[in-house]
Amino acid sequence: MTAKERIQEVLEKCLRFASADQTEVVVTGQDTYLTRYATNYIHQNTAQTDTQVCVRSVFGKKIGLAATNALDDASLKRTVEHAERIAKVQPDLLDFLSLPSKDDAGEITAQAVFSDRTAASTAEERARAVGRITALSVKNGFDAAGAFSTAVMRFGIANSLGIRRYTEATRANLTAIVMGPTGSGFAEGLQSDVGKMAVDRVAETAVGKCRDAQNPVAVEPGDYEVILEPAAVADMLQFLAYMGLGALALQEGRSFMSGRIGQKVTGENFTLWDDGTDPAGMAIPFDFEGVRRQKVMLIEKGVAKSVVYDSYTAGREPGKKSTGHALPPAAQIGALPLNLFMKPGDAEVEDLIKATKRGILVTRFHYTNPLHPVLTTITGMTRDGTFLVENGKVSSPVKNMRFTNGILDAFDAIEAIGKRPALVDMFGLGVCSAPAVKLKEFSFTGGTEH
Amino acid sequence: MRFVSRVGETITVKNGAVEGATASTDLGFGIRVLKDGAWGFASSSTPGLEEVLAVADRAVGIAKASALVPGQRAKLAPVEPVEDRWESPYKKDPFDVKLADKLELLLSAEKRVRDGGGGKVMVAQASAGARREEKSFASTEGSYIEQAITECGAGLSAYAVGPGELQRRTYPNGDRELTGCYGWEAVEALDLVGNAERVGQEAAQLLEAKKCPSGPKDIILDTTQMVLQIHESCGHPTELDRVYGTEAGFAGTSFLTTDKLGKFKYGSDKVTIVADATVPHGMGTFKYDDEGVPGQRTVLVDKGTFKNYTTSRETATRLGQKTSNGTMRADGWNRMPIIRMTNINLEPGDWTLDEMIKDTKDGVYMEINKSWSIDDKRLNFQFGTEIGWEIKDGALGDMFKSPNYTGITPEFWAGCDAVGDKKHWKLWGTPNCGKGEPSQTAHVGHGSAPTRFRKVRVGVGQ
Repeated sequence: MTAKERIQEVLEKCLRFASADQTEVVVTGQDTYLTRYATNYIHQNTAQTDTQVCVRSVFGKKIGLAATNALDDASLKRTVEHAERIAKVQPDLLDFLSLPSKDDAGEITAQAVFSDRTAASTAEERARAVGRITALSVKNGFDAAGAFSTAVMRFGIANSLGIRRYTEATRANLTAIVMGPTGSGFAEGLQSDVGKMAVDRVAETAVGKCRDAQNPVAVEPGDYEVILEPAAVADMLQFLAYMGLGALALQEGRSFMSGRIGQKVTGENFTLWDDGTDPAGMAIPFDFEGVRRQKVMLIEKGVAKSVVYDSYTAGREPGKKSTGHALPPAAQIGALPLNLFMKPGDAEVEDLIKATKRGILVTRFHYTNPLHPVLTTITGMTRDGTFLVENGKVSSPVKNMRFTNGILDAFDAIEAIGKRPALVDMFGLGVCSAPAVKLKEFSFTGGTEH
Repeated sequence: MRFVSRVGETITVKNGAVEGATASTDLGFGIRVLKDGAWGFASSSTPGLEEVLAVADRAVGIAKASALVPGQRAKLAPVEPVEDRWESPYKKDPFDVKLADKLELLLSAEKRVRDGGGGKVMVAQASAGARREEKSFASTEGSYIEQAITECGAGLSAYAVGPGELQRRTYPNGDRELTGCYGWEAVEALDLVGNAERVGQEAAQLLEAKKCPSGPKDIILDTTQMVLQIHESCGHPTELDRVYGTEAGFAGTSFLTTDKLGKFKYGSDKVTIVADATVPHGMGTFKYDDEGVPGQRTVLVDKGTFKNYTTSRETATRLGQKTSNGTMRADGWNRMPIIRMTNINLEPGDWTLDEMIKDTKDGVYMEINKSWSIDDKRLNFQFGTEIGWEIKDGALGDMFKSPNYTGITPEFWAGCDAVGDKKHWKLWGTPNCGKGEPSQTAHVGHGSAPTRFRKVRVGVGQ
């Protein structure tokens, strides 16, 4: 029996066991492998095979959830019964309308991104790739650390209103942090097809950055022009999504978009959309309710356009339909955009540097966290390559700095945008396509010793 | 080899309705092998001897692949083989309490949160959770250990919304359902209903509260914020795997390099911090870690001087220590064990909170963490709390919204001049400690009394 047949069998069994008014079954399967290296050797190397089943049972407006990863008939039956028992004792969720129907879910023509090479990749292949990175690091007298992972993900969704979905996707992710005595560099790659992973480019970029980052000088905190490379921009975009681009946050007044749809919220040269069907990302054509993913314009030329919906949040607004952005059933945070694309510009990073009189070039951020969701204020540190730019040239590496800044304020200060977006992993489920940006002003509020 | 099964239950009530009620079961096994000094790990949720043998074979193959890259090889500190079973104690099995009774309690408390908010609380929540993990550990060195750990807890939260403003207040400590290794008695002891109106009221009051002024102030952190302060600035940097660089690819390294061991001045002489896996009811309490090493109490910082790390069998050997101090834990069946905090506790001092406030001329008292960020060596941090109160001339004054503070770890702890006494000391659970790749979430504990730090920069970015 193939994995697809096995998952489809589980879906149908659960639906047969069900006695609720409506039932939804979500099955996710993963074969994931991760090779982890540090100080130029492999120190952890893992494999995992798992299949999880989540049952959502609905009686009228009462909903219960139960999950298991035991796939025998008795366990599945017990899980369905548990979800139904949980549902029955609840008060009504008054604004719940229905699980999506087959008609609501739409026709699907897009394909998930899948690579046979990724599915068949081995621990030896990952080790040899890691060996190329560590060899270059050793040659330069540095220490390399990071991870090389490959995954096959399987998604099966069925409900009692006729939805039947199944797809498989693959992803391969490589990170490299190369550390010298006084500074470090970073590079990463994300592909569906592991054969397209530019291992040597990742190694050379991280080693090159590390070389350039040695002997950093301290720079006083304050407001600077800043060039953010794609990894740093992606970090900000992900927090923007988490803090305010889902319908639940909007409806509860927690989002910076609340009451501001149609209004200018940031700079005119900032445009952001979500598209889970774009093969340039990591397309998976339906969400965790089986609804077709739609492209949603979130912010266009600085104007707030829309947020994303699942069936529950769509049902709370007259005339709204799910946009195909439901998360796994137990998530409880509503819909989220998981396939973000920021509109690129026409500049090379070198152009952004040339246009900077005195500013900071940031490779990426570390440990970013929100301070004020409505103002989109976040704080975090720079990491793995922070540089001072003076009169159009990189003049020196600098010690890492703490920033405290509003995300929308930052994008309001965009002067130029890079032309080569990079794909960055988003919550392990989606991706973010982000270009480099040059900002007129960005606030650094502290520094550290390295 | 470890077999691990987890059952869990999470209930969240929001704005008068059940937002989520979920029961979960998760089980499987993982096999870690060391071959020629290189590690391999494979895991599966498929039961049966045939699968076990296939997974063992896969783990060996992965270990052989690891050895393709030259470099450091693992040597393990010895451990005595043991056969044992241990269960964390509880009084009232949380899985025996009727769901309807749990819902009644949560709905009642949540309504009072909304009542307290007087229309300004847009989102009121009450949640409860329980988890039981049963794990069996067996090693080729001859150990066979079974452990069962039961955790339980509950909490309230209120989100008040005003023009361009969102403020949160929670009880007892942030958005977390699990608070310790207890049964349902832990939930009953919280008195959710009795605290609910205050939570709603304070969330609403925060909308109108003053901003925390910027500049250097003396700060007193209550036990809930001390949890985060200890966790980020002492718990993580004393993990020896971070020091050796094996977390560099993700969470970072540590400023507490091995040349500092035994002599570095981490903080003032008021600061004694221990890693204690033996303290009752802690979320980092266990009898054996996932290498079969007994849980222990280790002094990390003694009267301000950095004394020890949390270690594994591999890192202890590398450091030249004879044995591991037993802090290797895995997040379930499908993860390799890594060094994790146990209960990292600041030992009590001799101050009452009232004495501390009376002794403070110009300061801020802060409660419950809301925002956290720290650099990759654990030096520069910036933490924010839900609420603060001005301290002026020895008395609490105006409420502050979203206060935050920043510092450099050893400078900050050097400014610690007052630690609360045993009566004020409290052990909290932290069920969301992220580390490792693939990501692992550990349940750890932190105990502290309210603590004062001098001349700290507050109100960053205000």
